[in-house]
Amino acid sequence: MGYIRPLQDYMEFLSKGKLMLLRSRSTGGYVFYPRVAEPRTGATDLEWVEASGRGSIYACTIVRQRPPTPHYNVVLVDLAEGPRMMSTVVEMENEDIRIGMPVQAAIIERDGAPLVVFKPANT
Amino acid sequence: MDDTFPRGRTAIVSNATYGLGEAPGLSSMDLAAHASVAALSRMGLTPADVDGVFIGLPDDYLSGLTLSEYLGIKPRISDNNRTGGSAFQTHVAWAAMALAAGQCDVALIAYGSNQRTASGKLVQSNRPSPYEGPYRQLLPISSYALAASRHMHLYGTTRRQLAEVAVAARGWAKLNPEAFMRDDLTIEDCLAARLVSDPLGLRDCCLVTDGAGAIVMVRADRARDFTPKPAYVLGAASAVTHRDITNMPDLTVTGVAEAAPRAYAQARVKPADIDVVELYDAFSINTILFLEDAGFCPKGEGGRFVENGAIGPGGRLPVNTNGGGLSCVHPGMYGLFTIIEATRQLAGEAGARQVADVNLAFAQGNGGMLSSQAVVILGSEATL
Repeated sequence: MGYIRPLQDYMEFLSKGKLMLLRSRSTGGYVFYPRVAEPRTGATDLEWVEASGRGSIYACTIVRQRPPTPHYNVVLVDLAEGPRMMSTVVEMENEDIRIGMPVQAAIIERDGAPLVVFKPANT
Repeated sequence: MDDTFPRGRTAIVSNATYGLGEAPGLSSMDLAAHASVAALSRMGLTPADVDGVFIGLPDDYLSGLTLSEYLGIKPRISDNNRTGGSAFQTHVAWAAMALAAGQCDVALIAYGSNQRTASGKLVQSNRPSPYEGPYRQLLPISSYALAASRHMHLYGTTRRQLAEVAVAARGWAKLNPEAFMRDDLTIEDCLAARLVSDPLGLRDCCLVTDGAGAIVMVRADRARDFTPKPAYVLGAASAVTHRDITNMPDLTVTGVAEAAPRAYAQARVKPADIDVVELYDAFSINTILFLEDAGFCPKGEGGRFVENGAIGPGGRLPVNTNGGGLSCVHPGMYGLFTIIEATRQLAGEAGARQVADVNLAFAQGNGGMLSSQAVVILGSEATL
């Protein structure tokens, strides 16, 4: 592809099972969410690189629903590469999620679209 | 370049509120116009005297044009800056500079919203982020809950301390006949209320009301012609740290930590000098974050600072003396109401909730998801 199409490229990669970040060739800085220039430096020499998927929980909330609709969690994850993303933790009770906990990304399908979620990491 | 903010060269000479609580049958602009005319007429002014218009309604992208048309104002200066609920503090900053530079002579800053009777929900002027939307956070509360979770993790802040904020606000509201929620509220009530987005529960959340406010600003040399007790604008500064909560650099440090020191420097005062503190308490965690970032207590100590009724009536620091967004009024964007309460405290107009000997007032606005912060420091004539 000739140029960065932030959301479109990102979603195409996700649909192929890849969580991708942008990285500046000149500064080495990782960028997420995807955009056409690196914040602060304005560097536009960005390329897509696959994320390790490793991260840790930075913040967490449980969204309460009226029963019988199940409650669900919303978290912020600090990725090993530096950027932060919003996500949700699966395969774990909401109440057991801890800030600082190591997690690993997985891509699932929800509502017909790929979605990045995180599972507790095996450490 | 040095900060040459025109300290003390402009003043708020009038204020008014209208339709706080429920005002059925009126549009947001009707409400803003009511408050505007009320604030002007108190000083013997009419809309025709206004030549600077500052407004930002959530449901009208061109509200600066609409208010001018509605009231027949022909503004030389107009500003529709929309940083969310902090917009009105930024309006005061720009109005002060425009007045001092002779770009206008009478500035009107107004706001109104009918969001309670029109929709019953907090009006969202947010575009959904494709990177946050799929996770279905409740906006705006979940974003603030994420910040609260982080503050609790780092500093041991408790839900009981958050409840102290809500109970203190209610204590002030009970002294304010304009306040929407004036019934008893205890710490236990707050802790027993249902959780909405952990760790925030129902009593940690601001009201959803109708309401409007307006203030009038002129240059200081004319201020005493209008009122014996003007609120002189000593400093006004703002900061933007992010838009969506994911991109807030540190969820426990807000832009108030940048804006407040600049405003203090402009005003040549320090936190210990401030007599009343009006903070944008959309959620209980806000008050704790802003008390810390404005220098009223060290970072991380906000929860302990508010314990034992310390910011309620009779406490060590009067905070949100109108009852705040938690108990007085919250019509979508609340920032103008912190300025109005600060002005009233300086003017000695605050009735049963009047704090004694107020010479310096701090009025802060919050916009977005803790994204934009703006601070106005107002002073009595003695501070000039």
